[in-house]
Parts: sequence; structure tokens; C-alpha cells
Amino acid sequence: MPHILSIPMVTPRAIRVWHRNLVVFIRTWHVNFFPPLVEALLYLFAIGMGIGSYITEIEGIPYVQFIAPAILTIAIMNSAFFECTYGSYVRMYYQKSFDAMIATPLSIEDVIAGELLWGATRSVIYVMIMLPVLALFGVISLPLALLAIPLAFLGGLMFAGIGMCFTAVSPGIDTLNYPAFLFITPMTLFSGTFFPLSILPVALQYFALALLPLTHLVAAMRMFTEAAVTPVLLLHLAWIVVVTIICCIISINLMRRRLIV
Amino acid sequence: MGIIEAKDLKKTFGSTIAVDGITFSVQKGEVFGFLGPNGAGKTTTMKMIACTSPKTSGTLTVLGMDPDTAPAAIKARLGVVPQETNLDPDFTCFGNLFTYAQYFDIPDKTAAEKADELLEFVQLVEKRDVPVDKLSGGMKRRLILARALVNNPDLLILDEPTIGLDPQARHLMWEKLRALRAQGNTIVLTTHYLDEAARLCDRLVIMDNGKILVEGAPADLVREHAGHEIVEVEMSDDVIACLKDLQVPYEVAGDMIQIATESSRDIARILLDRCRTVKVITRPATLEDVFLKLTGRKLRE
Repeated sequence: MPHILSIPMVTPRAIRVWHRNLVVFIRTWHVNFFPPLVEALLYLFAIGMGIGSYITEIEGIPYVQFIAPAILTIAIMNSAFFECTYGSYVRMYYQKSFDAMIATPLSIEDVIAGELLWGATRSVIYVMIMLPVLALFGVISLPLALLAIPLAFLGGLMFAGIGMCFTAVSPGIDTLNYPAFLFITPMTLFSGTFFPLSILPVALQYFALALLPLTHLVAAMRMFTEAAVTPVLLLHLAWIVVVTIICCIISINLMRRRLIV
Repeated sequence: MGIIEAKDLKKTFGSTIAVDGITFSVQKGEVFGFLGPNGAGKTTTMKMIACTSPKTSGTLTVLGMDPDTAPAAIKARLGVVPQETNLDPDFTCFGNLFTYAQYFDIPDKTAAEKADELLEFVQLVEKRDVPVDKLSGGMKRRLILARALVNNPDLLILDEPTIGLDPQARHLMWEKLRALRAQGNTIVLTTHYLDEAARLCDRLVIMDNGKILVEGAPADLVREHAGHEIVEVEMSDDVIACLKDLQVPYEVAGDMIQIATESSRDIARILLDRCRTVKVITRPATLEDVFLKLTGRKLRE
């Protein structure tokens, strides 16, 4: 039995699994392309312009601009996390797709790696749909904000890995609700998304920086969309890279334990 | 060397022994069956052969390779029909075959040709562009058989290929399997249907509690373990007393008495004349008689 942190043997065949999900996504584009579009508009109007008409400025920038990176990163988080929790769980448990796949030269490591890559790709697609909307409203700074696209892949991969860890240990699909509302929902609100971290009590600030992945993703994204890059960016990116690698490795090993008996 | 060689093959789940040191070998071109009650270890054995469940101990080679060290190379040459229907509900019949072929690194053009060829083979051409959840149970099983053939496998592994099918669908499935065998394919299958095993298998093993009880050709096993013919008569104390008097060996099977014999005519006459029974059934012995004799009549969960 491989150790939980042992490096999984993933082959290039993982792309086959990624490609299968992409084909299904494109075929059902009409239900996949509109949510990010609508979501971006809803946040902009309800929070940006609604609340923004009272707050007007945070840290010297218009409120609607302040939340633009939050809109992007929440979409990155949700699309990858929910794809690799509920989406992967359905494919694993109800559709038995993973069983069918590992009867071919694909290994379970390839299958899970393909699912993780797909979760990250979904984040990239969502960001690519949202960016023009945000640009149209003039709330992001181009061209630097285009770095949101590679960042979406990295952040997406991180949340895909985190989600897949939960999928691997969840006894049923219902218990996936726990990480969704105990982890994802609070993180959506307390990671420097709609108000700066600095107004939280110091202890909570440290907690957010140490344990809430979205905090680092929002901070990095804000530097891109406001064209205000500082060397701290490297710290945020380093945190994200390390957590991404660890979570992806653990999730593949946990899935192997769950499915190969 | 056989297509599959297993020696003292063992598989445990915690303290449960699923497969308890079995030895068998499957030769090229033969249809080899695994029979046994639920929990006998058939599916676990299939999974070890299919490289989706690692063995606990013993040796196993499939197509001359070790599933522990060369799973991808083995799986590239296997065709697997699982017990559970796991077609991809997000695709049509054609889409299922095409997508599956891609998992074997088959180029798109070849995959498309192969998919259409196989749809014809399993008689699903008119369902080509239908989503799989619109198919009947029999059609789904046929599509799974087609899916197992996309890579022109050297070894087919079928776990309960006709489970839950109506007689028409079963006969069609048998016809396809016989056609595959005629082409020289090696097939390993498990089944609960003993008539199916008798029809299809060149050789088979009967398993129980993780062990192989007997191995051989269906006809030989019937002759060795159940005799030529079976005479059945309704059970009553009078008949039993009568048979005891005449020293005829018999077996009680539920509410019937069974007598295995080389000559059913003689036994039937004795029963009618001397035991004054009214109704006597004579029939050829079948694999089912062997199966029940060896594994008992106790219900398995």
C-alpha cells in the first residue's frame, strides 16, 4: 500500500480522461457557458453597485473594483471544487465511470489526475468568460489582468485537489455538503473577498492566511486586476503551489485506497 | 504456457479470505468458466486477472505478464465485460465505443470505423446515435460486449455476461460469444446460469468459499459427479423405506428424491412396480446436479 504522500505514477494518458470531460462540457455548452456570465453580472450589480453605492471606496479604490478579483476567484474556487466533489463523486459512484476506465490501460492515478486537470480547466474557462464582462465594466486593469487566466489554472488545480480529497473520504454524496458549507461558504466571505482582511481581528487574519486557500488566491488576483504587483505576490503564489502539490498527491493516493481493494 | 497461469492465488480483505489459494490455467482459444455460489470468489478472481485488484499472495501471469508490474500492457490486450453495467450515460452508443477506444490510444479514424463495425456485430446499428439510458437491459449488455471488443482483445473477461437478460437476449449473447470463440478468441467467464456454462465452456471450475472444488469439461464433470441420468420422485416415507429396502442410493433434494443412475428405465420400473409411486420423472443429469451436489443446497447471501 503506497504512502499517502508517495508520488503517484501518472502517465500522459490522464489527458484521455480530461478530454472525455471536455467533450461532454462542450456538448452541453448551453448549460455551462451562462452561469459564469450571469454570476459575474449578478455580483457586479448586487454587491458592486448596490453595496458599492454606500461604500464607494476601499483602500483607495472604487468598491466595485475591489470586489472584481473576488468575483473571479470565487468562480475559480467553486467551479473546480464542485466539479471534483459532486461531479467526480457522481462519475465514480453512480456512473461507475472510473471502474470502466481502469479496465483500459488507464490507471486509477491517470483517471484522478485527469479529473483534477479537468477541474482546473473548468476554472480557466469560467475566468475566460468572466474577464470580458469585467473588462466591459472597466473594473479590471488590462493587460495585466490577463494573468488571471494562468492563475485560474493554478488556483483551480488547488481547489480540485482539495475537493478530490473530500470526495475520496466522503461516505456518501450527501456528506459532501459538509465541506461545502463549513469550508467553502465561510471562505467565500472571510478571505479578503468583499472586505479587506485587515478589518478582521488579528487572530482571524492569521487564521485566514494560514488555512484559507482563497485568501492567497484573492490577494494574488487583486494584484493582477488592479495592476499593483508587489514582491508579496511570490509568497502568495508559493503558498498556493505548495498546497496544490500536496493536495493533488494526497487526493490521488486517497482515491487509490478507496477504489483499488 | 497458458494465456492465464495462476498458482496458489490468494486474496484477502482484512480477515476475510475471498480467494483461498487457487491454481488454474487457461489455454489459448478456449472458453473457461468460473462457477460458484455468491461469495465463492469468482468476481474477485476476475478482478485480479483484469488487473483492477492486486493479489495478496501466490503467482499470477496474464498473457505472460505480471499484473503487479505490467498492468497497462496487460489491460491494453484485455476486453472486460463487468457484472455491473457501467456504460457512460453522457454519450450515445457510438460515443461510448468511440470514447472507450480513445482510452486505448486508438486513433480517431480507426476508433470510429471500429465502433460502427461493432455496432453491427451486436445488432445495435439503428441505436447508433441514441443515448445509452434509452436502451433496454439486453441492448446495454450487448453494447458492453461491443465495448470490450474495441481493442481487438487477446483475452475476453466476462463477469455474468447475461445477468438479468430475457431468453431472447441471452440466446443472442451466446450466439455472439460462440462467434467470438470461433474466431479463436480466448474467453474467461463467470455465470450463475449452469445451462449457459454447459453450452459455452470448454472447461470450467466450480468454486466455493474461495477454493476450486472441481475442474473439467462440463460433460466429464456431469458424468463423474452426477451420473448419466437422474430419476426424480416426490418424497414420501414409503418411497424412502422402499428404496432403503432395495438398497438403491438416493438423495433428498427439497421435496423430491433424486436417484442418479446409468439406466433410468430400470430405476423407474422398480419405483413404479415395487414402491407403488405414481409419478416418476427421468431426465439426463446436468451441470446443475453437479453444482448442487458439490456446493450444497444452503442458500448463500
